[in-house]
Amino acid sequence: MEKLVVSASPHMKSGVTTAKIMTHVLAALLPAAFASAIIFGGRAMILMGFCVAVSILWEKLFCLVTKKKDTTDDLSAAVTGLLLSFNLPVTLPLWMAFIGCFVSIVITKQLFGGIGQNFANPAIVGRIVLMLSFPTAMTTWAEPFYYRFDEVRTGATPLVTKSESYADLFLGNVGGCLGETCKAALLLGGIYLIAMKIITPHTPLAFIGTVMLFSLAVGEDPVYQLLSGGLILGAFFMATDYVTTPVTGKGKVIFGIGCGILTCVMRFYGSMPEGVSFSILLMNILVPYIDMFTPTRPLGAKKAEKKKGED
Amino acid sequence: MISLKFSDGKAWCIMAVNKIKLPHLKRTKNSETIDIPVPEKVVISMSQHMGAPCRVLVNAGDWVKAGQKIGEGDSFLSCPVHSSVSGKVTEITDILRADGKYTKAVVIASDGLQIVSESVTPPKVTNREEFIEAVKESGLCGLGGAGFPTHVKLSFDKDKTPVDSLIINAAECEPYITSDYRELMENSEDVLDGIKKVQQYLGIKNVYICIEDNKAEAVKLFEKLTSSDSSVKIVKLKSLYPQGAEKVVIYSATRRIVGEGELPVNRGVIVLNVTTVGFISRYLKTGMPLVSRRITVDGDGVRTPCNVRVPIGISIRKLAEFADGNIEAARKIILGGPMMGTAVYDPDAPVCKTNNAVLVFIKEAQEQPMTNCIRCARCINACPINLMPAKIEKAYKAKDISALVKLKVNLCMNCGSCSYVCPAKRELAHTNQLAKELITK
Repeated sequence: MEKLVVSASPHMKSGVTTAKIMTHVLAALLPAAFASAIIFGGRAMILMGFCVAVSILWEKLFCLVTKKKDTTDDLSAAVTGLLLSFNLPVTLPLWMAFIGCFVSIVITKQLFGGIGQNFANPAIVGRIVLMLSFPTAMTTWAEPFYYRFDEVRTGATPLVTKSESYADLFLGNVGGCLGETCKAALLLGGIYLIAMKIITPHTPLAFIGTVMLFSLAVGEDPVYQLLSGGLILGAFFMATDYVTTPVTGKGKVIFGIGCGILTCVMRFYGSMPEGVSFSILLMNILVPYIDMFTPTRPLGAKKAEKKKGED
Repeated sequence: MISLKFSDGKAWCIMAVNKIKLPHLKRTKNSETIDIPVPEKVVISMSQHMGAPCRVLVNAGDWVKAGQKIGEGDSFLSCPVHSSVSGKVTEITDILRADGKYTKAVVIASDGLQIVSESVTPPKVTNREEFIEAVKESGLCGLGGAGFPTHVKLSFDKDKTPVDSLIINAAECEPYITSDYRELMENSEDVLDGIKKVQQYLGIKNVYICIEDNKAEAVKLFEKLTSSDSSVKIVKLKSLYPQGAEKVVIYSATRRIVGEGELPVNRGVIVLNVTTVGFISRYLKTGMPLVSRRITVDGDGVRTPCNVRVPIGISIRKLAEFADGNIEAARKIILGGPMMGTAVYDPDAPVCKTNNAVLVFIKEAQEQPMTNCIRCARCINACPINLMPAKIEKAYKAKDISALVKLKVNLCMNCGSCSYVCPAKRELAHTNQLAKELITK
């Protein structure tokens, strides 16, 4: 007979894998991707497909060059690529998106050790680097339902105009990044993620709640603030990234509140109209400290006795 | 998970202990216990449970009878070992235990006659001391798996740690295993009689019989049988894992929290497995010590999954063959359940008092590749003790002992929930055990 396998218990594992989780996230992003294809047309589809393909390509290439195991089958690169494309204006030249994918995958993720090791959300860093490098291209907002490839009609983001109707904002009939405009589709995806227990509602609720309360306190329209810009995309899909957010419920709430305050400060008092991505990046940096101060309380644990010489 | 506050170990705000959903796979639920034919040979280990191994009382060449004492423990935390067959001792040998230590074992060639020893007579029990002594002499240890010598549990100090509640653990939350369920269904009278004996001799007021709701017939049966007894309460537990873990079952039944470094008696509770308490009743009636037990044989490597009553010391191979198992094709054999059981390296290893199941796997043994931790926090949300396995793993890799102490890895009971839910297939529960060892060094 063959030798028996001797391993530590448990001898049974659940069917959940990283790839399955990422598939759920991709599925949750699908409604918004469809909405974007309808709102911005073929150009949006090309940009989304391009970002996904290039992100996977960069990861494959990096693994090949550094002689590491190819990790693209966990689909996290595809999620990063799609999320990055959601954060780009539909008119962005493809070569700029190519650079954005490089920053996201190679610099932010792989150089820190690959999935699970990066301290900042790859898609957000990709967006911010593009934003700082190509400010004009990154803030050229195409008008919705104007499908021509040869020319673009542009307008301002609703965060600047402050004149769109709630219905237009909710359904996405406004200018903005290609994936962030249709709130209805994003909410559908967010609810799907919560229902499938991929994410917990802590961060999105704390994030959105803080933004609305802050807006109310300083006399801005909370519903308008909720429905414009990248808040819903950020709160449900970027601020809930496992790797770069706290692990406990308490920590997640603190993270969400921090993101909300920073977003409002940047939106209302900063020089840029939008602050969601910067606020998430800044809070990403604080995650190890949030984790340090929000451990779980083990059942029946005694308080650690302080010994002399230790703090 | 709501944070809790407690005085006297009792939670006064309701808090949910984390649990996980597992497939039940109780295919042997309706399989009545069958007696296995007496094997030609048994190997009886002198280390049947936790605690010090026993001293061998017989020599090679001696003739022994069924129920005769062949090993005696000298320390407090041990109980004697008896022969499960009548026959001739062929050798005293060393066997390798699952934990890597060698222990003495008595090999007995059975004569097939099962002549019962003269020492097997119902014990005379009239008071608490005699009762505890009888339980000790019966060689009884916890039959649910952990195997704590029962007499040690029973001999609590009445003044220092008064006990008002007896919990009968019939949760049986591990997949596959149904041996406790069969005890409930087949030996309900023994179970109730055993409970009465423990109540009577130890003076315990309340009894909670804890049964998971996937055993609806057992719940119904015991609700009927105990309807006239107000001191016995049937607690219907949700079928979640690890519902039968001692701390969890105590919390579910009484809302008491057994703290770090405490035993259940510190909170006025003792927990006995249902088969253990059924055995107490049978021993007091017959005097036959613990020489046989019911074992569930299952897994995709056996064609006829069943519940079998076997003599202690029978080999796993014999058991698997009895269930039409293909031991040659087996890739993994587990003593106990799939969550906390031990994988054995030798199909000829003997069965001990604490084994409630033998699982033979052919296909289901494939290991999945381990990938990077993605900090999804599933392990943290699965841990019944609220530990942080992902953090513990990092601290263990860094050999950071003070961090491990702070993370309270010593409280881990190795239920395996963290490893089960991990999408990256990391061996978190195993790492916890290594970390525990590291901090006690």
